[in-house]
Amino acid sequence: MLEAILFMLGLGAGCGAVLSAASKVFYVYEDPRIAIVEGHTAAANCGGCGYAGCSAAAVAVVAGEAPPSVCIVAGPETTANIASVMGVDPGTAEPLLSYNTCDGGDRADNKFHYMGIGSCQALSSLYGGQRECPIGCLGLGDCVRACAFDALIIGSHGYPVVNEHKCVGCGACEKVCPKDIMEIKTMSQRLLHLNQFDDRIAPCQQTCPAEIDIPKYIMQIKHGDYEGAVNTIRERNPLLLSCGRVCPHPCEVKCRRGLEDQAVSINQLKRFVADHEMNSGSRLPVSVAPSTGKKAAVIGGGPAGLSCAFFLRRLGHDVTIFDDNPKLGGMIRYGIPEYRLPKEVLAWETQGILDLGVEHKPNVKLGRDFDIGALIASGFDTVFLGIGAWKDYTLGVEGENLKGCYTGINFLTNFATWQQEKPNDPRPFVGQKCVVIGGGNTAVDCVRTLVRLGAEEVSIVYRRTRTEMPANEVEIVAAEHEGINFVFLAAPTKVIEDEDGNATGLEYLKMELGEPDDSGRRRPVPIEGSETVLEIDMLITAIGQGPDVFFKEENKMLDADLKLTRWSTIDCEDEIALQASIPYIFTGGDSATGADLVVSAIGAGRRAARSIHMYLAGEDLTPPEKTLFTNNIPESIFDSVPGIVKEKRTPMPELPVDERIKSFVEADLVITEKDALYESSRCLNCCIYCYNPDNTT
Amino acid sequence: MGYMEILIGGIFVNNILLAQFLGNCPFLGTSKKMETAVGMAMAVVFVLVLAGVITWVLYAFFLVPFKLVYLRTIAFILVIASLVQFVEMFLKKSIPALYAGLGIFLPLITTNCAVFGACILNIDKELNFMKTLVQSTAYAVGFGLALILFAGVRERIILARVPKPLQDTSIGLVTAGILSLTFYAFKGMI
Ligand SMILES: Cc1cc2nc3c(=O)[nH]c(=O)nc-3n(C[C@H](O)[C@H](O)[C@H](O)COP(=O)(O)OP(=O)(O)OC[C@H]3O[C@@H](n4cnc5c(N)ncnc54)[C@H](O)[C@@H]3O)c2cc1C
Ligand code: SF4
Ligand code: SF4
Repeated sequence: MLEAILFMLGLGAGCGAVLSAASKVFYVYEDPRIAIVEGHTAAANCGGCGYAGCSAAAVAVVAGEAPPSVCIVAGPETTANIASVMGVDPGTAEPLLSYNTCDGGDRADNKFHYMGIGSCQALSSLYGGQRECPIGCLGLGDCVRACAFDALIIGSHGYPVVNEHKCVGCGACEKVCPKDIMEIKTMSQRLLHLNQFDDRIAPCQQTCPAEIDIPKYIMQIKHGDYEGAVNTIRERNPLLLSCGRVCPHPCEVKCRRGLEDQAVSINQLKRFVADHEMNSGSRLPVSVAPSTGKKAAVIGGGPAGLSCAFFLRRLGHDVTIFDDNPKLGGMIRYGIPEYRLPKEVLAWETQGILDLGVEHKPNVKLGRDFDIGALIASGFDTVFLGIGAWKDYTLGVEGENLKGCYTGINFLTNFATWQQEKPNDPRPFVGQKCVVIGGGNTAVDCVRTLVRLGAEEVSIVYRRTRTEMPANEVEIVAAEHEGINFVFLAAPTKVIEDEDGNATGLEYLKMELGEPDDSGRRRPVPIEGSETVLEIDMLITAIGQGPDVFFKEENKMLDADLKLTRWSTIDCEDEIALQASIPYIFTGGDSATGADLVVSAIGAGRRAARSIHMYLAGEDLTPPEKTLFTNNIPESIFDSVPGIVKEKRTPMPELPVDERIKSFVEADLVITEKDALYESSRCLNCCIYCYNPDNTT
Repeated sequence: MGYMEILIGGIFVNNILLAQFLGNCPFLGTSKKMETAVGMAMAVVFVLVLAGVITWVLYAFFLVPFKLVYLRTIAFILVIASLVQFVEMFLKKSIPALYAGLGIFLPLITTNCAVFGACILNIDKELNFMKTLVQSTAYAVGFGLALILFAGVRERIILARVPKPLQDTSIGLVTAGILSLTFYAFKGMI
């Protein structure tokens, strides 16, 4: 007995001594975070995460190979704890969810009859599957079998449907799917995605500058899920109420239904759900990733700045918007008139963005009240410059600065400021015989505003013809209805004055169309000796605008470094990354492109937010090679779409002309729920190769 | 018994997993993914050979002379556990590449009954030192072989239509049983 005890004691002591000596001799530094992270896991050693036990998972987390949400047994609290230990981009601390990217399913025709074993992997090895569509779901449900959490079923249309309440984001479906249809992503990852050549996306979504998943939200409307539709739009566009009203919907040009019938009225559907949310009285919750502690400054609270701020905030950064004007909205508040976009609606929309925790510093102007150096010194990590294009181009003709002569942006913003903020001041001057020079939205908004203000005769003078007018088609039509006089093919040469220095006439040369120029438009050439005079008492020049970059002169440091293009827009090498010549400065919207559209500014705001997010994480900003940007996927552009039964497009309801020209009440109205359901059923739910010709789903 | 027979016998005929049913927990636990299975197999080869040799030395030079053979089980457990810890520390410092390959699996087999069982079997068969070495290697390789084969099968099973109640471990055990039966074909080879 004694020997036994002694022997065991000896053996134990021996082993202990050797080990303790060894732990000294063989000591290697190990990241203490590994132990802490391991402590936060469920300690079940279940291997469900794909690593050999909890400690292996912890090592992977610390090595940055696994997300903080690695432990599938523990809940979101654990994820947050691990993320806080790691101090990592908590974007990845959000729950991962599985998304199905193909909802074509059974509608694609079969190339051959398959009788082999019921596995997508087996089937895909036979010519990539039996369906005509080479990229779509095979429908045999490998993903469903791989899911250990019962979160997937093959729905009645032959593609997998995710039950978001059961999905834990383990990624098993993504791994087994031979067609890469199942995607596991956090909301942040979804917000950062740019359209790519290999995405399964409809022509309309490819064309939308904000890259909204159009068929998805239209399907949601069709199924009565208005909230889902709003959320889908908000993943790409925070200004749905405004866009729903003023967007000239470039997407509809590429709408497949438009090839055989009239295009789906995509934008009216957007406005319908956006108005539905506003009128419901409550805002839908918008998810925001856990805070990263990084500070981003956004200069300019127009669509570009608002969009950038919105997405940066959703990605977890602290955002402050600095704006020259007292209220948010930029050109859509101070340029686009009340009758097109009621400011109460805009205020509701911008308040929603501020409610996410975005700060707004009004009435401060870059170059006058602060400079970028000061922002960086006070702890901002990056700066977004979205200062728009507020400086009117001048005509360069004699007399354009006479009394009674104005420029477009100046006139509109002065009037808007008076209307919105200083209604007790005297009203800005309005003439009786007004001429507006230009053919863009600014010119048309000027004439329609003048009509509402009681001007007797209002004309638009444009160098080219109606087909070349860059203004939104609906605006031009409305202006025609409202009795505007159009003078086409006219080149102003001189403003004529009376003895008091007031403008009294506009002299112009008539033009004719000559050879096409670089842009393919026929260049107007003046006809010698065709001078004509229009009688006026007010002239507004609205021939385009560029960014006001006066702050460069005020600020010596940036003066040297921040590069501008020759149109005085802010130079960024890459239109997708939108990084300016100073690495921590990003730009987008009108200040980067010159005067453009609201949706383009919104899309640019998101791309800039993406770049800023990656810049803050120290990642390379070069966009993926497959980025689609404004291009189309060639295979997805058809010549014809067989199987379409013509169905009339829902017309836009508007106030009668004699009623609307007397006031600034909103002129265009929202479609009814019945019309929205009808219009949504016109959508073919297109993908690259297939669509629903007979509206079955 | 020649070395060749010991080798073949250890790997196939008396496969430690499929014929002797030792080490079933890592067999089921780490066979879901091929990568993990390979790591585990390597770690077992490493530890089992070392443990086999050291326990033989302990037995032959301490337990037998001091007439303490009845302490075999507890002494072996202690020694194997310490050995694994020691080897882990040693590798981490000296051969980081190997540690990175096996690292995480080493501590997992402290409690692997295949390791312990193999050591006991060596003693019971009264093998000499060299034969112990060969026998341990054979058992370890047999373990690795079975594990890797099984992982290959299980990776496929994920894609098969398995009735709900039989999924995962249940079908794993059924498959293990069938695999084990196939190994019975080696009976009679030696
Ligand atoms: C009259 C008019 C009608 C239009 N109609 C349409 C339409 O129907 N559909 C459509 O899609 N697009 C239309 N547009 C174009 C659209 O309004 C712009 O493309 C869009 O607003 C650009 O957004 P942005 O954020 O780049 O710039 P902006 O909206 O111009 O915003 C810039 C912001 O920066 C602020 N800012 C500027 N300089 C400074 C500074 N130095 N310091 C601090 N803040 C500064 C400004 O106060 C402003 O808030 C119209 C434009 C005009 C002028
Ligand atoms: S998503 Fe992939 S795995 Fe799932 S049914 Fe479709 S093709 Fe098969
Ligand atoms: S039919 Fe629908 S999915 Fe197809 S292009 Fe038109 S709006 Fe987009």
